Amino acid sequence: MEIQVNGESRRAERNDLPGLLRELGYSGETFAVAVNGDFVPRAQYPDTRIAEGDHLDVVAPVVGG
Amino acid sequence: MLSRKELQRYSRQIMLPRVGEAGQEKLKKARVMIVGLGGLGSPVALYLAAAGVGELHLVDGDRIEISNLQRQILYKTNHRDKAKAQVAAQQLSAANPEIRVHPHDNLADESWLRDRLGDIDLVLDCTDNLETRHAINRVCRALRKPVVMASVLGFSGQLISFDFAAQQSPCYACLFPPSADREVQNCSTAGVMGPALGVVGSMQALEAIKLLLGLPVASLSQLQLFEAESLELRPLQLQGNNDCPVCSNP
Repeated sequence: MEIQVNGESRRAERNDLPGLLRELGYSGETFAVAVNGDFVPRAQYPDTRIAEGDHLDVVAPVVGG
Repeated sequence: MLSRKELQRYSRQIMLPRVGEAGQEKLKKARVMIVGLGGLGSPVALYLAAAGVGELHLVDGDRIEISNLQRQILYKTNHRDKAKAQVAAQQLSAANPEIRVHPHDNLADESWLRDRLGDIDLVLDCTDNLETRHAINRVCRALRKPVVMASVLGFSGQLISFDFAAQQSPCYACLFPPSADREVQNCSTAGVMGPALGVVGSMQALEAIKLLLGLPVASLSQLQLFEAESLELRPLQLQGNNDCPVCSNP
């Protein structure tokens, strides 16, 4: 399926969020994930399904001021 | 009551229907703390002082270095080695003698914040590190103080507000839980674009003024991502998180 990740088109196979994040190369816990504009609580990742055309934002905290 | 001098000074703001004399008096009565007087704190403090926010508490334990001046627009070359909080207070008092300005040239750690936030109406988190951000988050939540948080690194910025006076607000730790092993990058290690701080700091000041006036706040429980390269602003909605280490332990 084709999805948008941080504004860029990506092809991916997995449709469960934890698997998809691994497939896209994200590991660790330093980021938050929003699906179609809404952040998903980490405990809900396993139950979150991603579909064709969905928009994912993988966001790490910006530190600096 | 606003004096004739104040009516004159703030006339372009008072003529806005969403502000008016009543709104200007709300700003005058407000006690606001700005934590961090660097690249974000500079425009935030300058705009809030100019707008007539009645009492400003300015918190920063650092001294001014020459490498700050590319972006920290409160300071001039001859301020080198002076305490940021003191110089900021002088500059803001000169910009607007109608307001009260209190410098605090110390680190804002959790116990200091707990002691000092009691009679503060709103906090602006302009800090450059996650440890202080999480401390501000915890104390503001415990004392039910609204907070506007921002950060900028490189060409990217983030802005989010929490109204802890309201029921059921998520918090910063719902978004990014505190973690000990987090890689620490900041302006001194990664660089930052000065005007990007100006944009995000100006948005932070806007959100603060809107919160004080009771106007809708676009960053409330919503992370606004700013990209200086594309000039894009993207909102991402935050929900409460049952696993949050801060919120889920009442």
